[in-house]
Amino acid sequence: MKKGKAKVFRPTAFSFPYLAVTLVFVIVPLILVLIYAFRGEDGGFTVENFRLVFTEKETLRQLGQTVGIAALSTVICLLIAYPVAFVLSSEPFKKMAILALLFIIPMWINFMLRIFALQSLLTVIGLKKSFGAAVIGMVYDFFPYMLLPIYTVLSNMDKSYVEASNDLGANPFRTFFKVTLPLSIPGVISGVSMMFMPIFSSYAITKMMGDMNTTVIGAKIASLFENQNYGNYGYGSALSFVLLLIVLLVMVVSSVLMKRTAKAPVKGGKA
Amino acid sequence: MKKRFVLSVIFKWVILIAVLVAIYLPLVMIVLYSFSTSQQVGGEFGDFTFSLYGKLFENEQLLAALKNTLVIGAASAALATVLGTTASVGIHYMRRKTKAVVDAASQITVVNAEIVTAMGFFLLMIFIRDTVKIPVNFSLVWLIVTHTIITTPYVILTVTPRLQQLNPNLLEASMDLGAGPMRSLFTVMLPQLAGAMVSGFALAFTLSLDDFVVTNINSFGANVETISTFVYAGIRKKGIPIEIRALSTIIFIVVLAALIGYNVVKNKRLKEMAKRA
Repeated sequence: MKKGKAKVFRPTAFSFPYLAVTLVFVIVPLILVLIYAFRGEDGGFTVENFRLVFTEKETLRQLGQTVGIAALSTVICLLIAYPVAFVLSSEPFKKMAILALLFIIPMWINFMLRIFALQSLLTVIGLKKSFGAAVIGMVYDFFPYMLLPIYTVLSNMDKSYVEASNDLGANPFRTFFKVTLPLSIPGVISGVSMMFMPIFSSYAITKMMGDMNTTVIGAKIASLFENQNYGNYGYGSALSFVLLLIVLLVMVVSSVLMKRTAKAPVKGGKA
Repeated sequence: MKKRFVLSVIFKWVILIAVLVAIYLPLVMIVLYSFSTSQQVGGEFGDFTFSLYGKLFENEQLLAALKNTLVIGAASAALATVLGTTASVGIHYMRRKTKAVVDAASQITVVNAEIVTAMGFFLLMIFIRDTVKIPVNFSLVWLIVTHTIITTPYVILTVTPRLQQLNPNLLEASMDLGAGPMRSLFTVMLPQLAGAMVSGFALAFTLSLDDFVVTNINSFGANVETISTFVYAGIRKKGIPIEIRALSTIIFIVVLAALIGYNVVKNKRLKEMAKRA
């Protein structure tokens, strides 16, 4: 390396390999999805693929059911994970680091093997493949991802707010709803967003645990490949494009919520 | 007052134990039945036997799937660590506006629905093969590439916070003193980032082991199975061989031992440091 050259070198250049890779393997595929979505069989521009997506009753039903499964499983998971996170971050459990770890460990076990284990247990209990079993599968699979962010926020929370509220005469319930819960909303939002969207792609769970009628929209896209039906990329791309829009919508909503709650405690602190 | 506190602690234990039982009951069942040749988990147990473990090491398909999973995981995590660490260093020195754009781009695969990412990879391969006419195809290598892409952002997320703790003038000082950029990177930056890189590698590795959607969509033409696609195919079509229970048990025990061991060592070190201080 010549001296003159070394001076011209800027440290930002270290990111160039990654930028090139991102361009080829992340940006280009998205452009391809876009192209395939709007390209007809003759190669010209068309919205036929989107017309199919929005007029096929089966696809609409699956989209609706996906949102339903995602919402239901996320709410159930939150209702279980929040109390657990709350207890784990309270005295005397706070000091037992291994205890919290026990709840997170399943995250490191292959998720397909975990679902296999759960399915075996449900069969033993006598619960057949059904909508309910699929929801249980989702809750079971995503539980650590919901628990971790809420637990992190609650255990890093400044406990003096709670003490102040108690000292000022609020009962524990009031303290919880007026102080602890609002302060933990960022954790809840990040837990929810780590679960809600990924469920759209979790067709392995609905296929393994649900009945014939239970499905998520990811299954539809995957089936275009599984049937070796190579060729109908247009339809799959249009559907992917719709999913992209839903992702964007969810992101905008969660970032707006996040900003709002981020402001709240500061305001409260100053008042 | 004291009685109420004791009651509430008991109530809290009940919640924790109930959820722990729900989490571990399925896993315990599998571990238990890995010592039985019963066709069904929950069926008649019969004699306690290690025969499933023997069968496991004779099932070549399953062993191949295990090998593929580990090869893809290790190779993609290594690539992701190199790519992610250099990227973090570069991004760290970018101007604020450029940084915001690159950060957003690096988050695309993290926030996007995985099925869309998987479909994108598939279309890209078709495009490279059929339109650009480069003679490549779906293969183990392609799976390594796709896994590298989806795990690199997580390495960046792991390394960046550590980078922010370092003295911002470190790299400049090294280059002012005459070290070239590569030498500065290797002798000044990387030693400080080693811990974060190990965490990033571990995260990328486990994410790769866990992946199903990208692997499923991109392996149809390749005839490469991983543990995830093997179990999925088994449940849907030919049925899962019962020795999968032995494999599950081995994985559970390895994960449990690794994590608890890691935490015990970490806590010990923290205590020693506290003593010295």
